[in-house]
Amino acid sequence: MAKLTLDDLRKLRDSKKNEVSKRDTEGKEIEVIIGMGTCGIAAGAKETMDAFLDEIDKEGLKNVAIKQTGCMGFCTYEPTVEIKVPGMPDTLYNNVNTDIARRIVHRHIKDKKMVSEYVQDRPSIDIMENK
Amino acid sequence: MAYRNYVLVCGGTGCESSSADQIFKNLINEVDAAGMSDQVQVLKTGCFGFCEQGPIVKILPEQAFYVQVKPEDAKEIIQEHVVKGRRVDRLQYKEENSASGAITDTEGMKFYQKQYRIVLRNCGIIDPEKIDEYIARDGYAALEKVLFDMTPEQVIDELKKSGLRGRGGAGFPTWMKWNFSKQVESDQKYIVCNADEGDPGAYMDRSTLEGDPHSVLEAMAIAGFTCGANQGYIYIRAEYPLAIDRLKIAIKQAKEYGLLGENILGSKFSFDIEIRLGAGAFVCGEETALLASLEGNRGMPIPRPPFPAVKGLWGKPTVINNVETNANIPVIILKGGDWYSKIGTATSKGTKVFALTGKIKNSGLIEVPMGITLREIVYDIGGGIPGGKKFKAAQSGGPSGGVITAEHLDTPIDYENLSKLGSIMGSGGLIVMDEDDCMVDFAKFYLEFTVDESCGKCAPCRIGGKQLFGLLEKVTKGTAVVEDIQKMRDISLAMQKASLCGLGQTAPNPVLSTINNFYDEYMAHINDAKCPSGKCKDLMSYEILSDKCVGCTLCARKCPVNCISGEKQKPHVIDQSKCIKCGECYASCKFKAITLG
Amino acid sequence: MITEKTGQSQTEEELFQQLVNAINELKDKDGALIPILQSAQNLFGYLPEYVLKHISSTLNIPYSEVAGVVTFYSFFSTTPRGKNLLRVCLGTACYVRGGKEVLAAIKNELKIDIGETTGDKLFTLEIGRCFGACSLAPVVMINDEVFQRVKPARIRDLLNSFRNKDEMEEDHE
Repeated sequence: MAKLTLDDLRKLRDSKKNEVSKRDTEGKEIEVIIGMGTCGIAAGAKETMDAFLDEIDKEGLKNVAIKQTGCMGFCTYEPTVEIKVPGMPDTLYNNVNTDIARRIVHRHIKDKKMVSEYVQDRPSIDIMENK
Repeated sequence: MAYRNYVLVCGGTGCESSSADQIFKNLINEVDAAGMSDQVQVLKTGCFGFCEQGPIVKILPEQAFYVQVKPEDAKEIIQEHVVKGRRVDRLQYKEENSASGAITDTEGMKFYQKQYRIVLRNCGIIDPEKIDEYIARDGYAALEKVLFDMTPEQVIDELKKSGLRGRGGAGFPTWMKWNFSKQVESDQKYIVCNADEGDPGAYMDRSTLEGDPHSVLEAMAIAGFTCGANQGYIYIRAEYPLAIDRLKIAIKQAKEYGLLGENILGSKFSFDIEIRLGAGAFVCGEETALLASLEGNRGMPIPRPPFPAVKGLWGKPTVINNVETNANIPVIILKGGDWYSKIGTATSKGTKVFALTGKIKNSGLIEVPMGITLREIVYDIGGGIPGGKKFKAAQSGGPSGGVITAEHLDTPIDYENLSKLGSIMGSGGLIVMDEDDCMVDFAKFYLEFTVDESCGKCAPCRIGGKQLFGLLEKVTKGTAVVEDIQKMRDISLAMQKASLCGLGQTAPNPVLSTINNFYDEYMAHINDAKCPSGKCKDLMSYEILSDKCVGCTLCARKCPVNCISGEKQKPHVIDQSKCIKCGECYASCKFKAITLG
Repeated sequence: MITEKTGQSQTEEELFQQLVNAINELKDKDGALIPILQSAQNLFGYLPEYVLKHISSTLNIPYSEVAGVVTFYSFFSTTPRGKNLLRVCLGTACYVRGGKEVLAAIKNELKIDIGETTGDKLFTLEIGRCFGACSLAPVVMINDEVFQRVKPARIRDLLNSFRNKDEMEEDHE
């Protein structure tokens, strides 16, 4: 990565924004985003991540990207995971232990059905989105 | 194949008890009847937190939010909304229902989502270890704007319009602090970020740094440009290893892109940031103590004036801002001070991040506009008190704050109102307590902390704190007399007036606040040697009721100090002189034969 | 990060050399004393007197001042620490959710008080003042790992897992 000029920064920003709007991160359209703050990790987010990786591998799914993120604020319900599948609303799940992780892979990612009782509401609107 | 609609029924306990299950079943039936079960999924979710308006039904993807739904409404919801695509207006959540009128005209605000994330805008959305993701969400666009399209005076002006006040607890206008430093002529100036979040129960800064470290880096660079500084320090407590790691990665990536360092983006402005770790001293959150620590000394405060903004680190003008204050800066630059000032109350603009913990169902980090009421925080966002217990008080401001009682639940939260109630905004810790918490014990807990962390330099804090703690101990042990209350008030006043720094000045706040609001509870301890909530173990003893005890010996086996004696199938006895009051016997007795009193 | 398992596989000379390197890297920074002390404690697990004397003479700071800084900050220890640093959080949220009982159970199990180290040098017990995991209270931090919702009944199992790890490592040496 070289030092950016003003133009470079603007071009980089635009190209990244495009990627996000086309839902095309690393060429994979499904995203599993796991909260990896101190609360998340203390609650077992690393094991949850392993469970996702394992199950996705077992099912031979090639178009799923696993990512990490910071704290959503639902600390008591960690681990929290967000699932983005094209055609479905972005869904936030709480209390995602290794069992629920595997269930999400099968029901949500493969069958496009949300996993009952673990869906969580977003805390607020995204102020960076309406531009 | 994805469903056309997802119908979510809130399955939280609040809604469950008012028939969410029946609503759920009815909705499924209606969907089946309409022949749409392969197009519409009905499911139960976790608690939305909006318990006072429950039962709640939400329909995605259009984000319709129906409140106070009854089982018989299921048909209308499915027929009108799902089949015909028409919202059921009478059930929709209306903004006038809200208790506080805090936000008025910020566009796009979905008001039932009582939170409004500005500081935490990227947390939970981006990968904090990938600078590109920060950049994609307008990261470093504020720095761009400041470097190429604004003058330092314009930046100060924007901050002034925004009304941003320091979020570390004191609430000092940020524009003013920056302006003081900007106006001093000096060969060297510094920007310091106070990430020594020491208040027990507060972790807003930790989360912000773990989830969005670049927001702080960008803000510090903006401050550097505005005030004329080229060196920044982030003083972060060593108890946050993950936040430290993420900051290190962020700084490295920013430097690689040339967004920190020499000649940023070709603007000729240079700014560097170094991380310094704390070493376990709460007092180093106080700005002069923090500077002393950065200089390699014992973290002992010094009198102000001169203020650090004019004469700080190594005698140079130094701007010290809290993490949360910093995280607001890029957004204020991009969206404008006017936009920011529309949020909040007349004197307290913007949002505040609170760490909502203690006896509360939805414990976690919340970010709410100033002016929201405590009731909305505790019941709408927090989901209320677990176990059906009664709300007793909420404590804000950590060891420097006071309690807010049930009668003040509808107070809009802002700097001035909390002050009037005998508390402070503080860094954002908000502890909820229920009927099982003893206010005297709680005050004693905080005093123990401040006495331990006192640097010892000034007598009022060093000696006053210890004496105050000693008196509180007498109260919890049942050996205090009524005159001790006045003594506590006198010592508190002395500490408030004469301590050198904020630690000593505010240490008596929890004591005064609990004495004023829970006088009866103190009196019960003093006059009757009783603790109404059952927390002060010195005033309680466990007794085995001989007429209920069947001699199963379970308690004796559980007792860690073997102080329970008795033969099998004969009533047992606790040796009070050996009992450590751990409560194991009480918890294990299956015959309700042990009392606590 | 502050205390790492050290001293077992490296000799004193090797550690001292690393210390010298660290001092060289840091000494020209303003206010370098505290970062240097932190590096030294990371290497040795505590701050032995000869290390402090070396730092004092290299940085040309009077030993009394160095000692003053070391004794002020609770993170620094002049006595050797156990292999595992156990910090029981007694922050407000943890206190309200039973942190004191967890501490009592640990004291009972390990038979040591706060600031002390077990006879087998396996555990040192300290109090923490909030690691920022308040919603998962009560919290215990062992080295860099955060354990959530700790119950007094679970303490023995938790500590045993570290005891077993230690035995396994010894078997492999």
